Formats: sequence, C-alpha cells, structure tokens
Amino acid sequence: MITLTHYLVVSSILFAIGLVGIVRRKNLLMLFFSTEILLNAVNIGFAAISREFHDMTGQMFAFFIIAVAASEVAVGLGLLVLWYKRKSTIDLDSMQSMKG
Amino acid sequence: MYEIIAFYLFSFLTITLFSIVVFSKNALYSMTALAGGMIFISGFFFLLDADFLGVVQIIVYSGAVMAVYAFGMIFIDTAKDVKEKIKAKRMIYSFSVAIAVLLVVIVSSPIISKNIIISTPMIEGVGNSKMVGYILFTKYLVPFELTAVMLLVAMVAGIVLVSKKMDISLSLKNDYEAKSEFEEGVAK
Repeated sequence: MITLTHYLVVSSILFAIGLVGIVRRKNLLMLFFSTEILLNAVNIGFAAISREFHDMTGQMFAFFIIAVAASEVAVGLGLLVLWYKRKSTIDLDSMQSMKG
Repeated sequence: MYEIIAFYLFSFLTITLFSIVVFSKNALYSMTALAGGMIFISGFFFLLDADFLGVVQIIVYSGAVMAVYAFGMIFIDTAKDVKEKIKAKRMIYSFSVAIAVLLVVIVSSPIISKNIIISTPMIEGVGNSKMVGYILFTKYLVPFELTAVMLLVAMVAGIVLVSKKMDISLSLKNDYEAKSEFEEGVAK
C-alpha cells in the first residue's frame, strides 16, 4: 500500500537532487534545469497531501506554481540569451561585475 | 497492486532521469532527460487522482517549457560539453541533503499532529476537472486573473528580450557599436 509518506519521500529525494544541482553546477542553463526539478518535487508533495485530506487547495497551489515556473522560464531564458550574446559564456563566474 | 508497481516504476524513472539532468556534462542530454522526467512526474499526478494537473503538467512542461528551452539553446552552442569549474565539496552535498530532510520534517509535522483545516473539500462523485473548475473560478478567481496578467507580462518580456535585432548583438552596447560590429562581421 502506497501511503502519503511514500510520496513525500520521493518528493524530498527529487528536491535533494535539485538542490545538489543548484549547489554544484556553475552553468546558468543547468541552474534553470535544477530550479524546474525543485518546483516539480514540491508539486508532487502538494498533490499527495491534497489527496490525503480530500482537499483541493494543494492542487490549486500546484497550478499556480506551474504558471510561475512557465513565466520564470520565459524571462530567464530571454536574459540568458542576452548575456550569451554579450559575453559568449553563461558561466556563473562571469556574472560578478556587481561585486557586493 | 497496480498502484504499487506504477509508483515504484515512476519514482525510479524520475529519480534516474533527474540525476542525469544534474550530473550530465552535455546540455542537450540534460534537457532531453528533463523532458522525460516531466512526463513521468505527470504519472504521479494521475496516480494521485489529480487528472487535470497531470494533463497540465504534460502540456505546459513537456510542451511549452521544453520548447522554450529548445529555442533558447538555438543561440548557445550545445554540441560542446559544458565546461565548468566544479568544486566538489563533500560538505555541500551533505548540507543540501540535510536541508531536504529538514524540509520533509517541516512539511510532515502538521500532518503527524493532524492539525490541518480542510478549507475546500472535494465533493464525492464530482470529477477532478470539474472540481478544479469550480474552485478556480470561485475561491481562487483573483489569483487566477493575476496569474493571467503575470503570464502576459512574462510573454512580452521574453519577446522583447530575445527578438530585438536578432542578427546582431545588442543589450548594453549602443546602436552605433552594434552596427559597426555587424558591419565588421559582414566584411569578414
């Protein structure tokens, strides 16, 4: 029998994979991919809790997360293409012109 | 029985594919693995009786988002391996895993204490898509409209950022510099 815990464990494993990707990769495109993984992991958790409690709120949140992810990709990729045209690299180390 | 097999199959496939995304050196392989992983994530949604969410997942992620990534990769040379200086520190890895475990504890602690108030219960005998429609257009109408406006803004931003003067480089250079650079390129 698959319970809520199973789904939450899978969700957390996927979240950990995405987090490792964000920490490890130095490429902006890979960073975007890892962000998508994080958002998807959270969506699985929301859907699982939504079924457990027979409550639609979790699924609604997942919908809004998907919308946010879609617009993030549109703007982020536009900026990425701009940066690549200027510097012909998308390495994160090249984005340190604003040293704080 | 069917649910158990499907659950383990989907979890194995998604974890494998997403690991490929994170650890692959080639950007094209990563993107393809990510698209596959998104499809298998929708399998989880179908298992969880969230049919509409699963369909949206396939259409939006595997359709729209992956297409946008593919278009974005036109501008970038993806045949080469991604060169990056990875400082693999064991501490960082264990740190991120520990954060993930902590998040699970945070998420599951209200469930263990059964301290969740059900605000929008599912009605028996009403299909998932119908239920989504009822709730989206009553309780969540204002966020829904705001999401529509946000997507419009993102669409305009994406078009403006990428499409302007696609044949020459733009951004922080002014028009004169960009034009002379373009003419140099033609002369070559």
